[in-house]
Amino acid sequence: MRFLLTDEQREFGRTLDSLLGAADTPAAARAWAAGEHKPGRGLWARLAETGVFALAVPEERGGMGPLPLELVVAFVELGRHVVPGPLVETVAAAAFLHRLGDGAAAGDWLPRIAAGDAVVGLCADGEPFALDADAADTVLVVRGDTVCRTQARGPVQPGLDPTRRLARPLGGTVLARGPAVTEAARHATDLARLLTAAQAVGVGRALLARTVEYVCQRTQFGRPIGSFQAVKHRLADALMGVEFAEPLVHAGALALANEAASAGAGGLSAGAEVAAAKVAAGEAGYAAARAALQLHGAVGYTDEPDLSLWIRKARPLRDAWGGPGACRARVLTG
Amino acid sequence: MDLDASDADAAFRAEARAWLAAHVPATPLPSLETREGFAAHRAWEAQLAADRWSVVSWPARYGGRDATLFQWLAFEEEYYAAGAPGRVSQNGINLLAPTLFEHGTPDQRARVLGPMATGEAIWAQAWSEPEAGSDLAALRSTAVRTDGGWLLRGQKTWSSRAAFADRAFGLFRSEPGAPRPHQGLTYLMFPLDAPEATVRPIGRLDGKPAFAELFLDDVFVPDEDVIGEPGQGWRVAMSTAGNERGLTLRSPGRFTAAADRLTALWRESADPTDTALRDRVADAVIGARAYQLFTYVNASRIAAGGTLGAESSLNKVFWSELDLALHETALDLLGPYGALADDADDAPAHGSWAEGYTFSLAGPLYAGTNEIQRNIIAERLLGLPKEARA
Ligand SMILES: Cc1cc2nc3c(=O)[nH]c(=O)nc-3n(C[C@H](O)[C@H](O)[C@H](O)COP(=O)(O)OP(=O)(O)OC[C@H]3O[C@@H](n4cnc5c(N)ncnc54)[C@H](O)[C@@H]3O)c2cc1C
Repeated sequence: MRFLLTDEQREFGRTLDSLLGAADTPAAARAWAAGEHKPGRGLWARLAETGVFALAVPEERGGMGPLPLELVVAFVELGRHVVPGPLVETVAAAAFLHRLGDGAAAGDWLPRIAAGDAVVGLCADGEPFALDADAADTVLVVRGDTVCRTQARGPVQPGLDPTRRLARPLGGTVLARGPAVTEAARHATDLARLLTAAQAVGVGRALLARTVEYVCQRTQFGRPIGSFQAVKHRLADALMGVEFAEPLVHAGALALANEAASAGAGGLSAGAEVAAAKVAAGEAGYAAARAALQLHGAVGYTDEPDLSLWIRKARPLRDAWGGPGACRARVLTG
Repeated sequence: MDLDASDADAAFRAEARAWLAAHVPATPLPSLETREGFAAHRAWEAQLAADRWSVVSWPARYGGRDATLFQWLAFEEEYYAAGAPGRVSQNGINLLAPTLFEHGTPDQRARVLGPMATGEAIWAQAWSEPEAGSDLAALRSTAVRTDGGWLLRGQKTWSSRAAFADRAFGLFRSEPGAPRPHQGLTYLMFPLDAPEATVRPIGRLDGKPAFAELFLDDVFVPDEDVIGEPGQGWRVAMSTAGNERGLTLRSPGRFTAAADRLTALWRESADPTDTALRDRVADAVIGARAYQLFTYVNASRIAAGGTLGAESSLNKVFWSELDLALHETALDLLGPYGALADDADDAPAHGSWAEGYTFSLAGPLYAGTNEIQRNIIAERLLGLPKEARA
């Protein structure tokens, strides 16, 4: 047992962190919110160069995956830097197409996803909206045991997080039907859940770092507000949330990578393990957002500082791909 | 990164499981917080020691198995999953022994560890005093130099199970004029049965007579029972405190086993439409798993040559709140039966939820209150400024 990221995995995270740190991702997120996708697609291309999308695609389709653990490392950084776009959905779509079998669709799309040339939406069964369908090259829509492919969509509807653009998918052509669709969708949902959880961890870490910096520098009553115990304890709790969520996310990735075998002592099934990670990370990201807002005072309640990008993302991430209730129920099915 | 047990670890786990299956008492022992239970648990410690299961992580020459941290974790998981008795020797094994391994002399290790491993000598922790709780450095009890040793004088309090224990370890002020309260303290081991020591039991919240206050009136301690250098007691004590909060006091097996019992209780008894209760059961399961995995991370760090510092405060706050949540949820599932003590005629099956609940209420208090731990997390892990102090 060695439940620590390898040096290479950590190095990969650091590389993404510095690449994204230098890329003005908040500006790309703001442009994305306004329906201007170019800077976001630019980021997408640079991420593809580092191999992020290839991690989801098997070697025989031009990728180097599937590697859930490396994907998780990447998605923590994507969350930390509020990179916009249907990143989770594109990667989950790749997993879905691969699982579905080596049909024409997999042959068409997987190499393009790996290369960063395709932005693909994935709309899960029961989910009324597709994320960023206006920016996607195609959207896969799962309804029961059927999957359709469409580019048609209703209008983008205003949302809590303006960088997550929601629209109803319309019509489409049937790609496949039957139990294989259900099975592939289940797997894709687990992966989407896991990567959403990883993003939430990154969002939580970014919010914590910014808030710690702020409370050390903002003074009231003649001293830094970070010296007040009520402030300290709130941040201590926020840190605890993130610190205990991240190992669950890593264990979820290990479980998905090795779905057949057990995940080790006390291990849950992969689906339950991922659901546990989603609950913990979603709540941790959201708690960090609430702490960040509270401790920034009114400064946090304006959309001018970039902080607002993270604050508004935390709640939708908590609720996307199976909210806390659904995931808690999943944990108990074992 | 992996969660796979090595062959050696898997074999160790299997051996522990088999031994426990053959030896764990079929009916639970009486509470170790009572005189009768204390004696029964002492006998259980001896049984564990006879087959070298009482201190698996210690070197073989002290009765251990040289088990790695991961093997110790596996043992603890098996121990709690098997429903084995609580460890009456835990203060000695978890708090004093690590201190002796770090700061003790070879002679102290040779004298103290053997009887500790067999339950022959059971140790109490005598740190707190009436005026020195969270502010431990405010302690007033003194150690005064005498021929060949020290005379202890003063009052200690809330010492767990000191009412029945044999010996105690604690901090005493040996240089009254020291410039700062953390200086001039000495860490010593002393007998509880000395005529100069008066042990007065204090009932706990559940009335069990397991706490005690100690009145010391020139209790003699020979030089060889000073741990570390005289005057350096604070530093010695803080290395013990890290163990108390961190992974060795509360191994995850305790909580994963409780979460499993809680899930079983929920399956048997819960109204399936009560999703609020279901969510709390799920949160307890998630919390236990998170604590287990977080511990694996820490153990992996230590195995790779790293150390734990203020991170142990994260453990402390997390396990104490998890333990409360587990037990509160169980009581809610039990409904009217949740109000019964464990030895009541109609007490619920599946373990001692009532005693566990009462004990979990103390978790946020002992081993450093959670308020103090949150200060440590904020100041040492997040780097926030220290609070203004008087
Ligand atoms: C079940 C149990 C077993 C114990 N076993 C032992 C034992 O074996 N040996 C032993 O020596 N002691 C033992 N103790 C005592 C324990 O160590 C103390 O209770 C603990 O250190 C807190 O001290 P106190 O009770 O005096 O509370 P106080 O320090 O008086 O604190 C009271 C309240 O004030 C808060 N507070 C105090 N200072 C601050 C601050 N700076 N910032 C914010 N809040 C603050 C505390 O968090 C707490 O909520 C045990 C206690 C319990 C409950």
